[in-house]
Amino acid sequence: MSTETITATCPECDATVSFDRAPLNGEIARCTDCSAELEVVSTDPLTLELAPEVEEDWGE
Amino acid sequence: MRIAMTYTRLRVEERMLIDAFEDLGADVTPIDLRSVVFNPASLGDWARYDAVFDRSLSLTNTLTSVRILESLGMRCINPLHAIETCADKLATTLALIRTGVPTPEVRVAVESEPGIEAIEQLGYPCVLKPTVGSWGRLVSRINDRDAAESILEHREVLGSVNHSVVYAQEHINKPDRDIRVFVVGGNAIAAIERRSEHWLTNTARGAVAAGMEITPELADLSQRAVAAVGADIAAVDLLECPRRGLLVNEINHSMEFRNSTTTTGVEIHRIVAQHTLDIAQAHASQAAGDGGIHPVERACDAPVSGERAGSAGAPSGEGALA
Repeated sequence: MSTETITATCPECDATVSFDRAPLNGEIARCTDCSAELEVVSTDPLTLELAPEVEEDWGE
Repeated sequence: MRIAMTYTRLRVEERMLIDAFEDLGADVTPIDLRSVVFNPASLGDWARYDAVFDRSLSLTNTLTSVRILESLGMRCINPLHAIETCADKLATTLALIRTGVPTPEVRVAVESEPGIEAIEQLGYPCVLKPTVGSWGRLVSRINDRDAAESILEHREVLGSVNHSVVYAQEHINKPDRDIRVFVVGGNAIAAIERRSEHWLTNTARGAVAAGMEITPELADLSQRAVAAVGADIAAVDLLECPRRGLLVNEINHSMEFRNSTTTTGVEIHRIVAQHTLDIAQAHASQAAGDGGIHPVERACDAPVSGERAGSAGAPSGEGALA
């Protein structure tokens, strides 16, 4: 497995967000600079958006 | 074994599960349900999987996908009936009552006026809950009639049609904690207590989790509760009532456990993955012996052909069908 770090830009603060392995669509990450909760909306090119607010039918 | 893991958002839990499946030598394919088109008449490329492990964050997406896939004979974890029962607090209550598992008293009404009567039969304080909901959302402690009338009016005016059902539960004067027991394959494998000074003790609401011993009583009650709803894998929430002892409050069909593995020292994700593989293996063996995948039989279903479906209806989610 490649150890190359994969990066994208935080849409909230422009900081670099790192992934230690290839992220999947829908993956949730947190920006270590601004603490925004982010969602991977595209893997090619790797694009992040702010994670959506909790919806009514979400849960365990 | 080939496992499809359906999801809508990939959280820490889903990553832990993917790793666990891979460590156990399984071929796991994460499938983002948001990009899938189902053909309800055909398994299509889903037939390549031995089982589907649902981890969708959205109950609507879970029910939609599992209804279709299970109807076509795919073994889903959890089964549809278990999801439907766990997802609806009234259905859970009914299952627990039917099987004699102790649970808080409940009253139900479908309009606000008898809703007040339902609440007052239990007495103040009591707890109002949406029948479908999670993470403690819109769960209200009602301390007096003014609050009851106010909450019911708000729900009637502002809530969805589901909020018109008044599901009132007796308030349990528990210590500052509730208990969660993880049950996999009929066995209680780990337990945590969730402490909070707030009366709601969901970790999603800030409660702090710590591992605890699984006493024989906890194991017995939680295992009976999970059997009552027919789940393969579930987390049982229990309350300690000063009068009646342990009561089963809720059962979660798609549990979160990221903090529970470190606090209990139990590799919950690995046990869950192994049990899923065992189920898939048993289902595949059965299907091979019978000559194909069969739709899950339920008493109310008309006979359906057990023939394996054709090639339409391919999953097209992230990572699917590489």
